[in-house]
Amino acid sequence: MKILVTCKQVPDPDIKVKLNAEGTGINTDGMKFVVNPFDEIANEEALRIVTKLKGEVIVLGIGPKAIQTQIRSCLAMGSNSGIHVVTEDTMDSDCVARILAKVIEDEKPDLIIVGKQAVDDDAGQVTQIASALTGYPQACYACKVDAEEGKATVEREVDGGIETVEVNFPAFISADLRLNEPRYASLPNIMKAKRKPIKSVSLDDLGLTLSPKVNMVKLSAPEERKAGEIVESVDALVDKLINEAKII
Amino acid sequence: MSVLILAEQKNGKLVKASLGAINAGSQIAAKAGIGYDVLLVGVGAKDAAAAVTNTGAGKVIVAEDAKLEKYLDELWADTIVDAFNAAGATYLVGLATTQGKAVLPRVAAKLDAGMASDVIGITDGGNFVRPIYAGNINAEVEIATDKKVLSVRGTAFDPIAEAAAATLEDAPVNGDPASYNKTFVKMEEVVSDRPPLTEARVVISGGRGLKAAENYKIVEELADLLGGAVGATRATVDAGWIENDYQVGQTGKVVAPDLYIAVGLSGAIQHLAGMKDSKVIVAINKDEEAPIFSVADYGLVADLFTAVPELVEKIKANK
Repeated sequence: MKILVTCKQVPDPDIKVKLNAEGTGINTDGMKFVVNPFDEIANEEALRIVTKLKGEVIVLGIGPKAIQTQIRSCLAMGSNSGIHVVTEDTMDSDCVARILAKVIEDEKPDLIIVGKQAVDDDAGQVTQIASALTGYPQACYACKVDAEEGKATVEREVDGGIETVEVNFPAFISADLRLNEPRYASLPNIMKAKRKPIKSVSLDDLGLTLSPKVNMVKLSAPEERKAGEIVESVDALVDKLINEAKII
Repeated sequence: MSVLILAEQKNGKLVKASLGAINAGSQIAAKAGIGYDVLLVGVGAKDAAAAVTNTGAGKVIVAEDAKLEKYLDELWADTIVDAFNAAGATYLVGLATTQGKAVLPRVAAKLDAGMASDVIGITDGGNFVRPIYAGNINAEVEIATDKKVLSVRGTAFDPIAEAAAATLEDAPVNGDPASYNKTFVKMEEVVSDRPPLTEARVVISGGRGLKAAENYKIVEELADLLGGAVGATRATVDAGWIENDYQVGQTGKVVAPDLYIAVGLSGAIQHLAGMKDSKVIVAINKDEEAPIFSVADYGLVADLFTAVPELVEKIKANK
């Protein structure tokens, strides 16, 4: 069984991001980069599936040289090999999905597991676009996956509750928060990962010429809320809510 | 050229946020000097059509067929693509609900259109504003393709004002459910008597400070007193104290009620992303350093186990 997972490099989500002085991007001073948490969950799920069904996990990363660190992090969790599509170009979700679709065409995985959204741009489109382009079914927002030969039963977290679907392979699954808790890479595995192969390819190698359909025009900070106040007692709170905020 | 707005319905009842999406669509249409239509899909769509007839749309298009009974993203997307093309539309506006988020990018791909997710504003120049980095930054984006798709955050747009009536039109469902290599197995719904989280005027959320699942009853009592909905944090859902459907946050539900009371929750970045646009925020937490106090209009540093029951009593006394 062959599973392809994606691995996006994102700024550490626990650090509040700020605009740079020019307002053209984010302030990267002292920034720490990590694997997109949802992609880590995707990688973990792939590892659990191949533990059960025997197979390999290939990690796909797209971006400049520096993102190789994140591919290595996924390999350190146990994945077998990586593919690094090396590019400095600005990508939107559509570009990424088209690269993913081409890699899928070449690698022919049974299952493609992608994080449901990247915590930097929060667009959440790649899985669905790639699914539409390839014609393989999608099971988005997976909180439980039961894979067997040729298909998977997936529970999805949707508005209103949990929906269960069955998808035939090849299929896409997008990983949601509660799908699993990713393992920590042990030191021996981190060392082993240094020797695992990462294939570098260019967009030319893939025969792709891409241009983003969505362009960032400018960034701004959202309006700050007016500073609030601390009230001393429940009585004071009730008074404020009724008489000042007039909300109850 | 026109704007097509995908409204949502469930069992014949309109999902209220659809009226916000129609507002957003009408703004885009006005800026582009074109008209707009509303599309409803699914079993019950015809029943829900009445709720969107008087919204200034040219047509209300209804795609209803027994094939749609067992929900499939793929069939939904194909149905929308067909309706979009039949209507001669150039913009597709939908909601950033889990359904909208799963379906709209598929439609965008099939239309070779760019898509902006979770739009919270439309600029004078016809660009779209959307939150990134868990809402810490707003990005103005331009969709460069002729056809444009967007999902809008329901809480960011007021419901469209009542306007002239539209004509009703049927749309076909051409797809074959058996052709997608996917089967709908079942839907397990969370049933509640309280208002839906994304529509409630008041939301009371409980976090890890509640210490145990059964203590949600403290939150529930306050919610029922104020006619509100109950919300939760990632921590409590992960702990199994409450269903995922209640999670408020960057990857859960985004809410903007008139009143948001945060009980025993610290206010992680990802949680704030889901509620920081609430009109009035109240925080009750015994930790004065909790980040939630930085967004609260009124903060009470107190033990929730005494403060919330006291709050319930005092509100009752004032009624």
